[in-house]
Amino acid sequence: MNTFFQLFVSGLATGSIYALAAIGFTLLWQASQTINFAQGEFIMLPAFFVLAGTQFLGLSFPVAMAIAVVLSLLLLGLGFKRIIIDPLLPHGVLPIVIATIALGILMKEGVKQFYTAEALPFPALFSDRTLNVLGAAISVQDIAVLLIALGAVALLQLFLNGTKIGRCMQATAQNPNVAEILGVPVRRMILYTFLINAALAFLASILISPIYLAKFSNGETLGLIAFIAAIVGGFNQIRGALAGGLLIGVIDNLSAAYISASYRSAVPLILLIIIILVRPQGLLGKAEGRTV
Amino acid sequence: MTKRALASIAIAMAISAGLPGLSWADTIKIANVIELSGAGATVGSNWRDALKLAFEEINAAGGILGEQVEVTDYDTQTDPTTSRAMVQKAIDDGAYVIMGPIYSGSVKVNMMVAQQNGVPQLTGAEAPFITDMGNPYIFRTSFGAQQSMPKLVKYLTEEMKVKSVAVAWVNDDFGKGGRDSFVAELEKNGVAVNADVSSEVGQADFAADVIKLKSSNADAIFAYLHEEESARLLKEIRKQGVTQPIFGETTLMNQKVVDLAGEAVNGVRGHVGLSANAPIPGIEEFAKKFEAKYSYKPDHNAIKAYMGAYVVKYVTTKNGKVDRQAFADALHGLTITPADEPGILMETSWDDKGEVNRESFLVEVKDGKQTVVTTLPKL
Repeated sequence: MNTFFQLFVSGLATGSIYALAAIGFTLLWQASQTINFAQGEFIMLPAFFVLAGTQFLGLSFPVAMAIAVVLSLLLLGLGFKRIIIDPLLPHGVLPIVIATIALGILMKEGVKQFYTAEALPFPALFSDRTLNVLGAAISVQDIAVLLIALGAVALLQLFLNGTKIGRCMQATAQNPNVAEILGVPVRRMILYTFLINAALAFLASILISPIYLAKFSNGETLGLIAFIAAIVGGFNQIRGALAGGLLIGVIDNLSAAYISASYRSAVPLILLIIIILVRPQGLLGKAEGRTV
Repeated sequence: MTKRALASIAIAMAISAGLPGLSWADTIKIANVIELSGAGATVGSNWRDALKLAFEEINAAGGILGEQVEVTDYDTQTDPTTSRAMVQKAIDDGAYVIMGPIYSGSVKVNMMVAQQNGVPQLTGAEAPFITDMGNPYIFRTSFGAQQSMPKLVKYLTEEMKVKSVAVAWVNDDFGKGGRDSFVAELEKNGVAVNADVSSEVGQADFAADVIKLKSSNADAIFAYLHEEESARLLKEIRKQGVTQPIFGETTLMNQKVVDLAGEAVNGVRGHVGLSANAPIPGIEEFAKKFEAKYSYKPDHNAIKAYMGAYVVKYVTTKNGKVDRQAFADALHGLTITPADEPGILMETSWDDKGEVNRESFLVEVKDGKQTVVTTLPKL
């Protein structure tokens, strides 16, 4: 039982990071029908901004983090929207999918070529102590990661539901044409969505890099799992993406321990197939009608 | 003067003016087929840097038989198929000797290409099968797992009084070979294997693996993974507050693991074939030179590559000719001492299968530094 509880909590911690990335997927999809296949690399890159600040510029860790936040918002939020998405949006979803796949490869290979192909240590943000909870040793790091990620999602929900800008963003997501007629600055609302996605990617990056180490290839698995989590939970619902991320994190851990470590990477894909067959809109998603 | 004649003169002038730095004199071509990207980039970078250092020294001292050595890097991307193509390319480019790769899975598929072409290959791989395939052109630069595991198990049973072990290993040729040798040796000595946990190359999340190791209640944990995965495993082990002692073979105590895992690696013990902290004058001097040039500490892969370069120099000089077949013939059954060639760093022998034999070390990581506990004699 203790082992199960430890696996469960550890899975929730990892799953909460998947959820941050998955929420980014759903936000961009709702705001601008953008599927960002570079989402994994968006999580990989901010850790290298921080490391570049400390290693090459000699900055302290907090200052490097602050600069990395700004860089993430500028490059992964504003720059991504202006340079990649805005010109391609009128041409439909497919060119954006191809462009973001290319962007992901460019980011990955860029870090490999101009920074390093090796894994780098990333400073731990929390103590490596463990707490005894109901007889199981639960790490402080896992609890902190889980609380921060869930706290970020709760703040995001509060912002979207409890502020005027948040409601305008929701209106933009539901029907941009009507929102524009009603005086909502649609273009600005879409920009805010991209900035939020960049902030979530930064947060996921600094939470996961101390555990996974910073490496150019980190985004490959993260991006794929986050995409699956978003589909499993429901691509058009933030709470769906959250549920999908947590579910995959827990199932991944439990299957590695109780079924087979060798086939653990297949489990999210099996879950994806089952969801597509049984409930195509995802666990918490809503069915969307599309005109042809 | 015709247009064709003018064009010929122009091309000739362009070639002579544009390529002033190139020497057309004979050079000895060494192919460094190594992991420079992918999961093995960490170990490959160490190997490449040390090889470069060694051949720069050799060239500065007049080269080999009066000829300069030209080293070309071929990146295997830690992919066996790519490594095979790179070995073929290196041979097409006229390689005299192939250095690398380190990953056993890559060596398994590319050593046959080198064998078919009669090109000697000095590898950093440690899986036991490498020297059991009857290839007269393959030579190790480090122990095979079948040589190092008996030394480690002897230490575990006689010194540490261990009765049961939980084994964590990476599911590739390197990990499987090491795991099989280790478990066979445990069985011979009556030690129980309480947990047998495999992981994948490049695996990032070790939470489930560590919970299985921890809940096995074994006297000790033995980990046999590549460097990056070792670091992630150790971080997770510390995160979960595991109290069992942790042992490994070479990679677990590697300097790169120390750099990546930080404090999580302290207290880890095990057997290493080579260590930059070994109390051997040649190795101490090499470590200083390496750190001064590259600003990081060398690992055992760097020492292997450095020694390998000087093996090429010594054997070729001894033969008096740059001849692949003569090189392979001469290295079988050869012993090189630091008195013969200072670059060999410590006395090393090769048997008729290309297996290497030298002293080795039992180490413990203390305060982020490998500390040699005991020096073990040659087998």
